Amino acid sequence: MVDIAFGPEPGPRPDRSTLQGDYLEMVRRKRMYGGILLVIFIAMMASGFALAEYRNAGGFLDGLPLLGAFPAEVISEAWANRANLPGLFVEFLPSLIETLNIAAVSTILGGIGAVVLALLSTRGLARWPRLIPVFRRMMDAARAVPEVVIALVLIYILGGGPVPAVLAIALHTSGALGKLFSEVAENADLKPVEGLTSVGASWTQKMVLGVLPQVAPNWTSYALLRFEINVRASAILGFVGSGGIGHDLKLAMQWGQGRYDKVVAIFLLLFLTIVLIDRFSDRARERLVKGARA
Amino acid sequence: MTATLSGPPPALTDTVTRAFARRRFFSFALPGAVLAYLVYAAVAFDVAGLAGRARWDNAAILLSDFWSHKIHVTRDNRSDKVSVSVEGEAKHVFPDEKLPDWVKIQGDVTTVDLGEGNIVTYDAAGARYVVPGYGTVDIRPQDGKLVLTAPQPLPGWINAADNKVTVTTPAGRFTYSRSKVETFKYQSGWELFFFTLDSPFWGKGPLDLLRLATTADRIDPNRSNIGYMLSDFWTNKMWHHRDVAWAMFETLLMAFLGTMGAAILALPLGFLAASNFMPVRAVRFAFRRVFDFIRGVDGLIWTIILSRAFGPGPMTGALAIFLTDTGSFGKMFSEALENIDEKQVEGIRSTGATSLQRARFGVIPQVMPVILSQVLYYLESNTRSATVIGAIVGGGIGLLLTQAIITQKDWEDVAYYMVLIVLMVMLMDTLSGWLRRRLIRGTEAGKS
Repeated sequence: MVDIAFGPEPGPRPDRSTLQGDYLEMVRRKRMYGGILLVIFIAMMASGFALAEYRNAGGFLDGLPLLGAFPAEVISEAWANRANLPGLFVEFLPSLIETLNIAAVSTILGGIGAVVLALLSTRGLARWPRLIPVFRRMMDAARAVPEVVIALVLIYILGGGPVPAVLAIALHTSGALGKLFSEVAENADLKPVEGLTSVGASWTQKMVLGVLPQVAPNWTSYALLRFEINVRASAILGFVGSGGIGHDLKLAMQWGQGRYDKVVAIFLLLFLTIVLIDRFSDRARERLVKGARA
Repeated sequence: MTATLSGPPPALTDTVTRAFARRRFFSFALPGAVLAYLVYAAVAFDVAGLAGRARWDNAAILLSDFWSHKIHVTRDNRSDKVSVSVEGEAKHVFPDEKLPDWVKIQGDVTTVDLGEGNIVTYDAAGARYVVPGYGTVDIRPQDGKLVLTAPQPLPGWINAADNKVTVTTPAGRFTYSRSKVETFKYQSGWELFFFTLDSPFWGKGPLDLLRLATTADRIDPNRSNIGYMLSDFWTNKMWHHRDVAWAMFETLLMAFLGTMGAAILALPLGFLAASNFMPVRAVRFAFRRVFDFIRGVDGLIWTIILSRAFGPGPMTGALAIFLTDTGSFGKMFSEALENIDEKQVEGIRSTGATSLQRARFGVIPQVMPVILSQVLYYLESNTRSATVIGAIVGGGIGLLLTQAIITQKDWEDVAYYMVLIVLMVMLMDTLSGWLRRRLIRGTEAGKS
C-alpha cells in the first residue's frame, strides 16, 4: 500500500499468484530441517545412552529396582536408632559450620578478587584500557578450572584441612562472579565518575565513590547466589578431598552398615541448611533488587 | 524546576542528615564486620599452622614435573648392570642401541655427561662426580661402608652418611647407596608423549615423521606407516592416550545425557507446575515441592544414592546430573511459562486449536529462547560438574585425575589431565556461547 504513494520501485515485483506455494514450501523446508535436527538429537541421545549403559558397571534396568534399596536400608537403620539423631546433629554441627565457613570465606575472597577483576576489565572504567583482554582471559581461565582440580593439587602441597578448599572455590568464584560483576558495571552511569574526575579523584576513589554505590545491590545479589552455590561445592569438595561435613559423610559412608544413623544425620543437616540458605538468600536478593529500583 | 531561595524545611534536613549518618556507619561497619569474620575464619582454619604443615618440596616436585621429566642412569651394584630409563620406570628402559648421547657405556665404565662440565663416572672401583668450580666427589665402597673423598669442608648440597651419599647440583642429582648408584638428569618437556621407546618412530623429528608417513617404505609390511604411527600413538603405554580420550568422552557424555534428559523431562513437568496451565492448585503445589526437594537434596547426596544402585560408571554420573537438573529446570521452566504473553495463546484458541496445539504453536515458540539458553548454559556448567561427579562415581576424566593425584607420583599425568580439562571446558564454553547466539538471535541480544 505504501508502494502506491511512493510510486512503483524498480525491479521485478513479487508474483502474488505463487505466494501460497512459496509459503508452504518454506514451512515444509523449516519442518524438514527441524525433523532432521530432531532425528540427529534422538540418535545422539539413544547412542549415548547405549554407550553409557555399556561402560557402566551396572545396567540401567538392573539398577532401577535397587534404587530404593539403599535409601530404605539407611532409613530403616536410622529409624531404629532414631534416639541417636539429636546427639549426632550436635556432633556434626562443628563440621557443618566448617563447611559454611569455607563457603563464606571463599565467597568473600573470591568476591574481592571479582570486584578488582571486573572493574579492571569493564570498558569505560578500566584503569588500563589496553589490558582489558588480559583481565578477561584471566577470568575465563579462573572459571574454566574445576574446583576439584585445584583443591586436590593444593591438598598435596598444603596438607588436608579447609584452606585448599577455600582457595580452590575462591579462585573459581573470582572468575564466575567477575564476569557477572563486569556485566553489571558496564551498565553503570558514568556521570558520577566524570564528576569525580573533574575534582581530581584518583582511580580508586572514582571506583569506590562513583561506581560501587550504583552496582552494590546487584553485586550483593549475585554474591549471595554464589554463596548458595559455594555451600554445595564445599560439601562436595569435602567428600572428594578435605575438611567439612563432606569428609564426615565420606567416613560414615565408608564404614557402611551400623553407621547409617550418622549418614542420615548428615544428609538431614545438609538438606536443611541448603533449603534454609536458599530461602534466606532468595528473600534477601528480592529485597536488594527491588529496593534498588524503588 | 522552581527555584526558591529559602532553605529546605528542617524536617527534611533532619532526615537527610540521619540517612547520611546511617550510611556512614554502615560503610565503616560492614568492612569491619567482614574483616572480623575473616580473622575468625583464619583462626578457625588454623592458617598460622598451615605454613608449618605445608610441603614446599612437594610443590617443587609438582612444578618441575609439570614441564620436565628426568632420566635415571642406574647401576645395580650387585649385578653391575647399568640401565637408562625414563622416570626410573621398568617399562621405559632405553634399549642399548638407542641410549641418549650423554650416556656412554664402555665395558665397566659408564660416563654420564650432565652438561656444563658436570661429569659422573661409574667404574669398578666406585663412582666419581666432577663438579665444576668445586672438585671431584669420589665414592668407593670399603668393608660394607662408603668412603667419600671430596674437597673439605663439605658443602650443604652433599649429604653424606655411611651407607648413602647424595649430591644435588643444578645439573642433576647423584645418589650412591650400597645397592645402587643413580644419576638423574632433568630435561624439559613431556618425554615419550607421542611414541614410547619400543616404537620405531621414537626420537624422529617432525620432518622425518612426515617423510615416513608419506613416501618412505613400509616399516611393517602388513600396514601403512601412518596407520602404524597412529596406532603406536593411540596405544602409548606412558600417556595412555586411548584411555584418556575415552575418559574425556565419558565426561562429555555424562553432561550431555544428564542435561538433555533433564530438559526433556522438565518441560512437561514445568507445564504441570505453572499456574496458567495447571488449574488444580494441589497438583501445582505438589510439583513445586518436588522440584524444591530435588534441588535441596544436593547433587552430592543424589550421586551417592545413585552410585549404590547403578554401580560406578558414566551412566550413574549422567543420572545424577539428570536428577539434580530436573529440579532446577522444572522450577525455571515453570517460571518462564508463567511469564508468557497470553494473547498469542488466545489467538490460536480462536482458530479452534486443541490444548496440545495451543501449547505447540502458542507457548513453545515464546519460551523456546529462554529454555534453550538455560539448557545450553547448564550443559556448559555441567561439563565442569561432570569432572567432580566422575571423581565420586568413578567414571570419566575426574576418576583418572583423582587416581593420578592419589598415587602422588605421576604429576606429569596430572598436568596433562588438567590441561585437557581446561581445554574441554573452554571449548564447551565457546561452543555453547556460539550456539546460544545462533539459535536465539535477536531475542537475547541484550545479554552477554
